[in-house]
Amino acid sequence: MDLFEYQARDLFAKHGVPVLAGEVIDTPEAARAATERLGGKSVVKAQVKVGGRGKAGGVKLATTPDEAVARATDILGMDIKGHTVHKVMIAETAPEIVDEYYVSYLLDRTNRTFLAMASVAGGMDIEEVAATTPEKLAKVPVDANEGVSIEKAREIVAQAKFPAEVAEQVAEVLVTLWQTFVKEDALLVEVNPLAKVASGDVLALDGKVSLDANAEFRQPEHEALEDKAAANPLEAAAKAKGLNYVKLDGQVGIIGNGAGLVMSTLDVVAYAGENHGGVKPANFLDIGGGASAEVMANGLEIILGDPDVKSVFVNVFGGITACDEVANGIVQALELLKSKGENVSKPLVVRLDGNNAELGRKILSDANHPLVQRVDTMDGAADKAAELAAAK
Amino acid sequence: MAIFLTKDSKVIVQGMTGATGMKHTKLMLGDGTNIVGGVNPRKAGTSVDFDGTEVPVFGSVKEAMEKTGANVSVLFVPPAFAKAAVVEAIDAEIPLAVVITEGIAVHDSAAFYAYAKSKGDTTRIIGPNCPGLITPGQSNAGIIPGDITKPGRIGLVSKSGTLTYQMMYELRDIGFSSAVGIGGDPVIGTTHIDALAAFQEDPDTDLIVMIGEIGGDAEERAADFIKEHVTKPVVGYVAGFTAPEGKTMGHAGAIVSGSSGTAQAKKEALEAAGVKVGKTPSETALLAREILNG
Repeated sequence: MDLFEYQARDLFAKHGVPVLAGEVIDTPEAARAATERLGGKSVVKAQVKVGGRGKAGGVKLATTPDEAVARATDILGMDIKGHTVHKVMIAETAPEIVDEYYVSYLLDRTNRTFLAMASVAGGMDIEEVAATTPEKLAKVPVDANEGVSIEKAREIVAQAKFPAEVAEQVAEVLVTLWQTFVKEDALLVEVNPLAKVASGDVLALDGKVSLDANAEFRQPEHEALEDKAAANPLEAAAKAKGLNYVKLDGQVGIIGNGAGLVMSTLDVVAYAGENHGGVKPANFLDIGGGASAEVMANGLEIILGDPDVKSVFVNVFGGITACDEVANGIVQALELLKSKGENVSKPLVVRLDGNNAELGRKILSDANHPLVQRVDTMDGAADKAAELAAAK
Repeated sequence: MAIFLTKDSKVIVQGMTGATGMKHTKLMLGDGTNIVGGVNPRKAGTSVDFDGTEVPVFGSVKEAMEKTGANVSVLFVPPAFAKAAVVEAIDAEIPLAVVITEGIAVHDSAAFYAYAKSKGDTTRIIGPNCPGLITPGQSNAGIIPGDITKPGRIGLVSKSGTLTYQMMYELRDIGFSSAVGIGGDPVIGTTHIDALAAFQEDPDTDLIVMIGEIGGDAEERAADFIKEHVTKPVVGYVAGFTAPEGKTMGHAGAIVSGSSGTAQAKKEALEAAGVKVGKTPSETALLAREILNG
């Protein structure tokens, strides 16, 4: 889960990373009181989960409370690279910036270790720094069990060649930033820029944090950080039912078991769609190994509730789960939805293979549901589902 | 032969007495796996009856190894306790730990991987978030259905569970030496490269099928390894060609970020290494068949 800047700022502050004061608001008028609390001046910063907001006009200085209201009026509702601004942060104005640096911690998947990255060339896109002047970006592996002590932090600072007058301060920031990374179960913590200001202090002026959803069991406070307003309503409904669902922009609803098989199903449907007017998969939905009638009903309910869906492809490989259970699940799910008054009118193509496939197929044939068609190969079923979607 | 797991493997189950552990221990026994014990400190000294097979429960991995000579542990421990369980297996120096558990926090998997490394890699970790591995006709360590296929001469390595099953099913008449599900998490103990190297050395494997998916650069690095070190024919499949950027597709590791991690890049890298890559699972199976039939 990627956080907004203001949320990252709050987590930095919680763990002792030096930040400027700031608060988040969602109405222009609230900018007045917030700016007054900061002594009459502020920076109005759009809160969007995308880079380049400064260039897009999403960050403005306000020298009076009235001006802050005007700038907040301009920025709220603005579209920045497809992201609508719903919130702005009213931040303390930064003292005169002397220099801009970069520091982060992240997972290095390739080497299966954590990595510290640091550069004296901060304030710009770090991917650009890495591409054009890689010698200016220090990458230092961090052992997950040893972490970042002040000694380790000094090693990172030395490798990145920070100037002597800020070295110790940056090392201290690196220690507190590591605490943020570990204690919040983050996948990424990044400060850019880490600024040296005229007073000689070093401050985190902007940052990114991404949190690990798998750690929710020990991070009860993270749920409140979710941006529920931005979530697609179908995705939100699926999440509430514990389903692994991603909305896509096509017409063929997809249900399958296992992440890899479902990804593969999306591909096979897209290929089949090339022969049927360019129809595409409408979603990713992995109902997991279990695939009980209830889970199947929940999944079908979400997919049939998507107005973009014209046909549905249920693609199940019975591993431990037997296909007869899955077939019963489908039949029961359709009855369940009917009894709930849902209008089930979209055709379903079902492919069952693996454990007890013959039994499962027989159950579907015997049920003889007018909307359900059985096709026994993955490629054939994808073709049929695409054809039905194109015909609608 | 086969890789990592044979009929001589002595298997213990950490988390055997939980519902999932019980269900799969029974299935593994049914596939002929030599299960010599379970581990649960609260039930040490008792035993569990699986259709007439008494499996003793030990207080620790170390004790189970001392009393039974166990050399493989399969873990069905819930995510919150998985790190401690894997660390225990590493401390006991068990040669192979198969971590089935799904949903382990990355800070935990990074920690136990680093710990295994600091201990000189005496324990090979497979997973987490994987279906385990099977050597058909000999032993099954995990949740791969034992009845899809028979022993044969294809080696399979895959990030995805159900795609493993699908591919075993497509090629069920030919059979498999071993099939290894390495898992789809960002940090995994055994990689495509580790399995490729083992299959290359395995005299019972004639052809390797490698299944990848979007995210990370494991497939690209596997392609480099194949170019240098693998002389046996390799057939590949990559899932997620149509996955959009920035959306996680089920597996915590399956995400395309920017230009990296795309299925197309992986396919091209594999093809450049001489790997025949199928567009769909069935086409991939066909490619494998063509090579084996000469």
